[in-house]
Order: sequence, then C-alpha cells, then structure tokens
Amino acid sequence: MNIGVIIPLVIFLIGIFAIGFIASKQMSGEGGFLQQYFLGGRELGGFVLAMTMVATYGSASSFLGGPGTAYTVGFGWILLAMTQVVTGYFVLLILGKKFAILGRKYNAVTMIDFLKARYNSPLVAILSAIAIIVFLFSAMTAQWVGGGRLIESLTGLQYTTALFIFAISVLVYVTIGGFRAVALTDAVQGAVMVIGTLVLLIGVIIAGGGVPAIMQDLINENPRLVTPYGADGTLTAAYVSSFWILVGVGVVGLPQMAVRAMSYKSSRAMHRALVIGTIVTGFIMLNMHLIGVFARPIMPGIEIGDKVIPLVALEVLPPWLAGVVLAAPMAAIMSTVDSLLLLVSSAIVKDVYLNFIKPEASETTVKLMSFGVTGILGIIVFLFALQPPELLIFLNLFAFGGLEAAFIWPVVLGLYWKYGNKYGAILSMITGIAAYIAIHFYNTANGNLLGVHTVTLPVVLSLAAYIIGSLAVKREAYQF
Amino acid sequence: MSRKQSDNTRTTDPRFKIAHREAIIGIALAIFNFIWWFGFAYGLGSRAPEDYTYIWGLPDWFFYSCVLGFIIMCILVIVITKYFLKEVPLDADPSHIDQPKEGPTKQ
Repeated sequence: MNIGVIIPLVIFLIGIFAIGFIASKQMSGEGGFLQQYFLGGRELGGFVLAMTMVATYGSASSFLGGPGTAYTVGFGWILLAMTQVVTGYFVLLILGKKFAILGRKYNAVTMIDFLKARYNSPLVAILSAIAIIVFLFSAMTAQWVGGGRLIESLTGLQYTTALFIFAISVLVYVTIGGFRAVALTDAVQGAVMVIGTLVLLIGVIIAGGGVPAIMQDLINENPRLVTPYGADGTLTAAYVSSFWILVGVGVVGLPQMAVRAMSYKSSRAMHRALVIGTIVTGFIMLNMHLIGVFARPIMPGIEIGDKVIPLVALEVLPPWLAGVVLAAPMAAIMSTVDSLLLLVSSAIVKDVYLNFIKPEASETTVKLMSFGVTGILGIIVFLFALQPPELLIFLNLFAFGGLEAAFIWPVVLGLYWKYGNKYGAILSMITGIAAYIAIHFYNTANGNLLGVHTVTLPVVLSLAAYIIGSLAVKREAYQF
Repeated sequence: MSRKQSDNTRTTDPRFKIAHREAIIGIALAIFNFIWWFGFAYGLGSRAPEDYTYIWGLPDWFFYSCVLGFIIMCILVIVITKYFLKEVPLDADPSHIDQPKEGPTKQ
C-alpha cells in the first residue's frame, strides 16, 4: 500500500517504543519493586492519570468497531456511545479518595490486594484472580487480533507479520517498563487519539460538503438514520439505556480501571484527571462515532464495520495525514493491550504466586518472575491471536460485562458499606459471572431478555447476592 | 489487621466523610447526566424525522442530548471539582489530616 501512510505509523511506533524504554529507566527503588512495576509507585499526576484511564478504556471498539456500527445504524449508535462520557468522572468520584487511602493503608498493589485485605479472605483473592486471568486474557487476545488486522489492512503485510510487529512493539516496553511505561505511553497514545479524531472529523466534514449536506444525504437514503432508533428502527430506548451499565457506571468494576484509581499521587492529581478525563472521553466518543455516520454518504457500501475508519481516512485525507490519523486506532489498541497485559501479569505474579505459592520469595525472584511472566504471557497471546477468533466486539464485551458483574459490588460496597463481608463478596462474584454466562446464552438463543443488554440482570442479581450473603451468614460491622 | 472492634466510640477517619460526600456527588452527576441524555434523545427524537429541526446541521434531539449534554457535563465537572471537592492527603497515616498540606482548595 501507500508508503506515505506507512511512514507516520512507523514514526509513531518508534516514538512509543522510545518513550516506553525511557520510562523503564526511571524505575527507582522507592516503595519496592512490586509497587514500582505494577503501580508506578503511586506517583501519577493528573494529566497522565486521565490519559491512561481514557486510553486504557478506549479500545479497538471505540475507534474501529463502534464507528463501524454507527456507519450502519446511524445516529442511534452515537447516542449509545455517548453513555461512555460518564466513565470520565464516575470511576474516579466513586472509588475516589477512599479507595486511594485504603489502598495505601493496605499497601495494595492490585485491585485483588484491596479485596483480599478488605474481606480478609484468600478465597476472595483466588476467585478474583481466576476471573481476571480468564476474562482479560480473552479481551486481550481480541485486541491483539484487532491490532494485527489494522496493520495488515494499512500496510498490506501478511497478518502474521503484522501481528508480529504489533506484538514486539507492545511487549518490549511493557515487559521492561511496567506500569510507568504503560501510563506514559498511554498519555502519548491518548494525545494521538485526540488529534487523530479531530483531523479525521474535519476531513470527513469537508469531503461530505458540510454537515447539512451530509445530513440531507442521510435523510434521502433512509430517514431512520437520523433518529435515535437505528436504521431499521429496532434500537429501543431500553436497550440503548442499558448501555449506561455496560459502558457507563459499570466500568467502576473493571480491574484495569480500578487499579488506576489507586495510582495517583495526590488529591489534586485526581481533581485534574476528573476534568481532563471527562472532556477527552466525550470528545473522542462523540466525534469518532460522528465520523462513522458521516462516512456513510461519502463511501457507501462498506460491508465490514471495522474497515470504515481506515477506508474513509485513506479516502478523504492525503496519505501522510491518513497515516497520522490511523495511528489513533493503533494507539487505542496498544494502550488497552499494554494495560491488560500488565494486569494479567500482576494477577499471576502478585495475587497467585506471591499470595499462595511462595510468599517468602526474594526481591530478585519477584523481579525475574514479573519480567518473565509478562513476557511469556505476551508470547502466549501472540500465538492465540495467530488463529484469530471472530467477532472482535463480541469477545471484548463479554469480558467487560462478566468482570463488571463480578466486581462492581465487592469493590463499591466493600468501600462504602460496613456490613459487607466475604460471604457477600464471594456470593456476589459467583452469581454475577454465572448469571452473565447463563443470560448471554439465553439472549443469543431467544433475543434479549426484557429488551436490555446482557449485563443488566447479572449486575442486579449480584447486588442482591452481595447484600443477602453479607447479612445472612454473619452480620458484623467492619471498621475501616 | 485486627478485626476486633466492638466499640462504636472509635471515630472514623474524617477524610472518609469527605470521600463519602464526593461519591454521592458522583452519583448525583450521573443521574443528572442520564436524565438529560434520555430526556432530549427520546423526548425530541421520537417525533417523525421530517419534523426535526437542525442545529449546526445536526438533528435537534441529538444536538441537545449528546452535544449540549456533553458540554454541560464538562462545565459541571469543572465547577464541582473547583468548588466542591476537597484536597486531602492520601497517606495511610492520618495523623496530620487536620492541616491539608496541599494548600487551599480553591485558587
């Protein structure tokens, strides 16, 4: 394909690589290796905190799958995507200072550390670790496939080669640099995402002859495209609203978000991150999905949703600028993958190995384990991604909803409800995941139960399970 | 960690009171956000498409719900962060909490 497109992408990859490498050199000894490697020594400032949250959250589905669906469905899908603005302030306000204070008090490095200390229960820790490893591993694989596919479609390289390039660029800096490298590269990737979104939006509006002209084209084709109900009129208010749980408030329960909520250095950093995070999340979600819809009159007839953004960028922009813009989805995928990789690694090293297998391991062993597990995990994901499973969004959302149903109440009520205890937490996690899987299969076979997204009922059921479990077995107030 | 605390006399960390208040602010913001988003989207959007008016070229329901709604949420978050959230130290040792060491809240 066009060499002009490839050059900016290569520059981007080298730049990310360099930043990750430099960040890895900054690992000072303070707070011990684990705190440094998996939590960046709790030193994140406001800008980096906001960007790493947005970038970790914003993934292939924000830049490829989501706009691709908006292309097919119309404005109804942008409405749905805008439920994500809430994540910008909700996660930090709800987990808030209490999570950061307790995290320090318990000396927690991972979300599981927090749960283990709060509920004083190894069983809670092991269940959480299993859930995180299984679900986030599948989410990560889906993102790698997305990354490989994107490089493949942009460069014309073989999928295997493309995936290899992607894997190497992520693996090296995550393995040697840990959380700080992930957060710093996320900040740069977040900035690339914002710039790419803005440039492409302008390009698409110009190519379409202005917003009113684009709108007229859409109405002429199918007036339902500009309604909230989708191109075929099947997007119901209940279904779209249930995304407030899946990609809105439920995000509080995601381990990759929660761990960031204890990584900041001060209240002031958190306050800044609230503002920046809200603005950046909303800006990206609104405009990327608008681009998806606006692309429709410009390039009708694209069959595969994930290809809408790459194709429209190549169509409306000069090659070098398209390269800059297409670094954005690349950045989104990389910044999600790097966080997940480190999180799964921390679940294995910190939560399983150090908690249950060898608590007395020496600092050197821990170091070797951390580097080793992160690296090996990356290689395993690479091998899985070679035989790519279909339906990228599907896997992604499955991991999302399952983890939310499992963790939202043990984390949130563990913070704020003194009667919450380990019985409630265990019952809640099991109920959440089991219900999610059961309802997922029911919905696939029979259509959505009650007309809402799969995640809705499991979240309600796991709340009931948490309260019942906590009060029924042993009602005892916890002193924070 | 000792788990034996039968007395209610031990005062809880005063920082947690602030944290609880801020969590409630978070919930209030989300509820407001949802009502705004839902109200305009389905209140205006359920009309026939030919009755829509267009603002900045966008359908009115969408403009109010998603564009204006987003701008308003940004403003609210900025105002709340500036005037309603308190800066507290985050250290595990709460002995010096009476004097927030990070300077005045508003500036």
